[in-house]
Amino acid sequence: MPDHQSHPECQNAYQPHPARIIRTLPQISDHQLFQIRLDDEEMVKRFSYRPGQFVMLSVVGTGEAPFSISSSPTRPGIIELCVRRIGHVTNALFKLPPNARIGVRGPYGNGFPIEKLEGNHLLLVAGGLGMAPLRSLLWYALDNRSKFKDVTLMYGGRNPDEMLFKYELLNLIGRADVNCLLTVDRDPSERWKARLGPVTKLFDDLEIDATQTYAAICGPEVMFKFVLEKLLERNFSKDRILMSLERNMQCGVGKCGHCMIGYKYTCLDGPIFTYWDAINLPEMI
Amino acid sequence: MKIVKLPKENLGQFITHLGTFGEIDAPVRRGDESFAFAPVKDLSEIALDCTRTILPLKKYFFKPIEIMFDFSAKSGYEVPAEETDQRLIVFGAHPCDIHGLKILDIVLGGRYPDSYYFVRRNQAVIVGLDCVPDEYCFCRSTGTDFVDSGFDLFLSDIDGAYLVRVGTSLGDDIVMAAHSLFREVEKGDREAYKAKSIRRRESFQTEIQLQDLPEIMDLEYENELWQEVGEKCLGCGTCSMVCPTCYCYAVFDELNLDASSGQRKRRWDSCLFTDYALVAGGHNFRAGRASRVKNRYFHKQRGFVSQYGRPSCVGCGRCKAYCPAGVDILEVVQKLRSETRA
Repeated sequence: MPDHQSHPECQNAYQPHPARIIRTLPQISDHQLFQIRLDDEEMVKRFSYRPGQFVMLSVVGTGEAPFSISSSPTRPGIIELCVRRIGHVTNALFKLPPNARIGVRGPYGNGFPIEKLEGNHLLLVAGGLGMAPLRSLLWYALDNRSKFKDVTLMYGGRNPDEMLFKYELLNLIGRADVNCLLTVDRDPSERWKARLGPVTKLFDDLEIDATQTYAAICGPEVMFKFVLEKLLERNFSKDRILMSLERNMQCGVGKCGHCMIGYKYTCLDGPIFTYWDAINLPEMI
Repeated sequence: MKIVKLPKENLGQFITHLGTFGEIDAPVRRGDESFAFAPVKDLSEIALDCTRTILPLKKYFFKPIEIMFDFSAKSGYEVPAEETDQRLIVFGAHPCDIHGLKILDIVLGGRYPDSYYFVRRNQAVIVGLDCVPDEYCFCRSTGTDFVDSGFDLFLSDIDGAYLVRVGTSLGDDIVMAAHSLFREVEKGDREAYKAKSIRRRESFQTEIQLQDLPEIMDLEYENELWQEVGEKCLGCGTCSMVCPTCYCYAVFDELNLDASSGQRKRRWDSCLFTDYALVAGGHNFRAGRASRVKNRYFHKQRGFVSQYGRPSCVGCGRCKAYCPAGVDILEVVQKLRSETRA
């Protein structure tokens, strides 16, 4: 029997499922947090995901694009996507009225290797929109606090007005179960109570056992470079440095080819890669 | 495997018989040296001596352009009904064509099978036909000059007749329904087949060594050859379109004039196109043509080996034969190899 006949008349892998935008929370300029709920209640119950995974979101009449999930699977029911208005799909998304119908499929991608992370310290380092996928991991860890050792978040922005999830994260500063380090490059308002300087400066007085820690990084390319330097200085194993990457994705399921890096699909094998993967995959970072 | 004999004088009747199972598509002559798979009614239309068609068989199952969904604000995304339920019978698929389909089966299958592809694929009958290699063929180097599966029937020319290998139950039904056209295979036929097989193997004019190519490609990642090929390449994407195993596609939405409904479509794409790795916001991960050319070679000859244990190239020679700039995969590989050894 030819190989192809072993495939049943499969369900359509590209089928967007009806969903609604139930709330839109403005963040900073050109960034919004969209709260989304699938229409089908059974699907809502079945929709489980890992921090670091993404969905494909369709705006009827415009197109489809990938978005990493910002909410944590520990808080099921709604899917939160932190979106920057930057392309044609996001432009259309920002113009939708309240309660608008959209299409969602997923979750896709590998997500963070939660089983490996458990029992370790977590060091999350985010810059700019890189906070979007890391927020999912942050809340996952805080909601499963006993499964992890120390949890540290480093998040840097250009100025206080450009910090995503600003009040949510500022509220974490007082908590004893997380070391929340927020920094901005400049503070024209002079009202910023957290730190000043680049995110790499937060490493100066950080005590951390690299052999018992997983670091997760997400942010602009230039930030990757400097943060990697800091982690390698601290003797982090390249397998313990996890990065979330962005690529052009049109199918989300390892077919269309656009997100191929070297010989891995960002959508199937990623978007979370270790630094060791990155060294071995040409042109990854 | 069941093997029967079809005398050549019965081929015409066999083709007519095949036509009772569905629409026959076979290589037909389009120009002095060009052929295409197209619908045929009888043997006289079929170019039995065709070495390669311009487009490979993927066009039947993974269409150059197709509607994935009809959408509207009211009813969301709906898969359009298949336009035909008539069975497709591909006659004259060469071993490399069949291997190409088997590779697409792997890529488009897996955890998220592509239903558009498999609905058509599962409906088709593949009748293979052996061939004589020309100066572009290097399927012997890619190990795709013979097939032992992936066809319903496979015809091998032994001069006065064809040996017909029966690959599936459906293939057997087709043979049994016209059993008077077939004969039993005799000793002389077996000898003729073996002699022919040796002659065919000896008629290859081109050979490349592919076994250790992945390692060499890693070693030569920074080789300036990629810059040279990048300058020669026009970025037209022809090699991707004619490649039996290139499966990249682009997805786009088209709005109807009512501005509330439309179609989500996909069309063949090429990793050589400028905007292939472009993301929203304007960053292009492969802005230079040399990096795109290198990526194509890496995916075919290096990446696919890591993923699936073999290169995705089937040695059909189409990319070389149809490249308007004369980029020659054999030359690229030879250069990579010889510079490694120098």
